[in-house]
Amino acid sequence: MIDLHGFGHLLLAGTWVTVKLALVSLFFGLIFGLLGASAKLSKYKFLRWMATGYTTIVRGIPELLIVFAIYFGGSALLMSVASLFGYEDYIEVNPFMAGVAALSIAFGAYATEVFRMAILSIPQGQWESAQALGMTPAKTFSRIILPQVWRVALPGLGNLFQVLMKDTALVSVVGLQDIIRQASTAVSSTNEPFTFYLAAACIYLVLTAFATAGTLWMERACTPQARYKG
Amino acid sequence: MPDTSIALELTDIHKSYGSLEVLKGVSLKANDGDVISILGSSGSGKSTLLRCINLLEQPAKGRVVIGGEELQLKPGKSGELEAASRKQLESMRSRIGFVFQSFNLWPHKTILGNIIEAPMHVLKQSREQAVERAEGLLKKVGLYEKRDAYPGNLSGGQQQRVAIARALAMDPQVLLFDEPTSALDPELVNEVLSVMRELADEGRTMLIVTHEMRFARDVSSQVVFLHQGQIEEIGTPEEVFDNPKSQRVRDFMSSHS
Ligand SMILES: Nc1ncnc2c1ncn2[C@@H]1O[C@H](COP(=O)(O)OP(=O)(O)OP(=O)(O)O)[C@@H](O)[C@H]1O
Ligand SMILES: [Mg+2]
Repeated sequence: MIDLHGFGHLLLAGTWVTVKLALVSLFFGLIFGLLGASAKLSKYKFLRWMATGYTTIVRGIPELLIVFAIYFGGSALLMSVASLFGYEDYIEVNPFMAGVAALSIAFGAYATEVFRMAILSIPQGQWESAQALGMTPAKTFSRIILPQVWRVALPGLGNLFQVLMKDTALVSVVGLQDIIRQASTAVSSTNEPFTFYLAAACIYLVLTAFATAGTLWMERACTPQARYKG
Repeated sequence: MPDTSIALELTDIHKSYGSLEVLKGVSLKANDGDVISILGSSGSGKSTLLRCINLLEQPAKGRVVIGGEELQLKPGKSGELEAASRKQLESMRSRIGFVFQSFNLWPHKTILGNIIEAPMHVLKQSREQAVERAEGLLKKVGLYEKRDAYPGNLSGGQQQRVAIARALAMDPQVLLFDEPTSALDPELVNEVLSVMRELADEGRTMLIVTHEMRFARDVSSQVVFLHQGQIEEIGTPEEVFDNPKSQRVRDFMSSHS
């Protein structure tokens, strides 16, 4: 076992921050993805145009720059708004919030494509049989289409979540006390970079393994007909 | 006073896809308890006609009246008609059962779940109420023991019987069938036809697009022959099958028997 010189609890605290950041970003990212896909498939040109702009821009920019844009741009924006009310001090954006915003926007842009393809893969007849029974478009989408979309989208979303998990490391550059940041702290006081970065790598591996297992479990849960014994 | 014995009345239905005129003014009337078979060669507009009744396709022109209530239509942007009120459309759709060639059951729901979905979420029935009725219908179509299975676990014939039960769960005024047995292996056709025969005997009002000539002759009160979007001939099964006036119908019958 590697000796963590008493910095184990710091790494653990960092792990918790990373997990929180990943899960909260996933939550909002899924919402952005669903909204993006709905907009891309909308009959309104304006919405399609907005969604295309969103995915094109976000996917074309490195995630790190999105983090910077939100962290520094966000505080500049807040300060200019605050100065309208006569408040002139420096306002700092909470790194966790900035991280959630950046990562969920990035995740949402990729998830938009995953959801869009999944929605398109659902046969037209699935909509028609619901509508023919008098179901509203909203009920049809939420009760008939969306559960099937989930099933189709899950593997793709699982991949995106793994990427998201690793991208959380980027938020350490704006001061978030995540795994990487805590490992760096430990390194600078012990001078043992190999030990702590190896420990950090192991933690990421465990987290992504959990994410993969979770995805597989959900895929199974969403395929009940395969388990039916009649 | 609307004539309540008229279950369904279509007047002058027109429909085009681009420059292709698929329905050129079809009018049809079904009294309560009528079973009307719609025959015609591929591309004659049979599916399109059925789908115009519940607005799965938007007609360019025409009127649809179900049980004395007229579907309110207004011109849409594309020049086709659309429902003037979504609420009325949904309420009318809930009274028109539609059975698709490809069943279109929902694969993520159990057989029971497929049947109780619309009664609960459209008719706002309680779960107990919906389940009770669904179980009765599953017994009727002979699939009670499959209630907890999923569509993917069933044969095509069984899936189509579930689809029929799903439509019946709404207690519709009219049932529309679009080639309900065309996607089935030949040995599975009869189990579906016998359920439909039973419905006809019960006095259900049905419009059936089919290529099953024997069945159509047996159960129909009227037979309609569609050709290039127009009614070529209409009459009793005896008239249309045995003594068709039109040469086209005669040719069709001799190539389909
Ligand atoms: N969505 C569509 N877009 C363009 N053309 C269509 C569309 N749906 C149907 N058509 C055309 O309309 C015509 C009538 O089609 P319809 O499906 O009503 O025929 P049908 O009588 O049901 O034929 P079948 O026996 O093959 O089912 C055909 O020429 C078909 O190609
Ligand atoms: Mg057809």
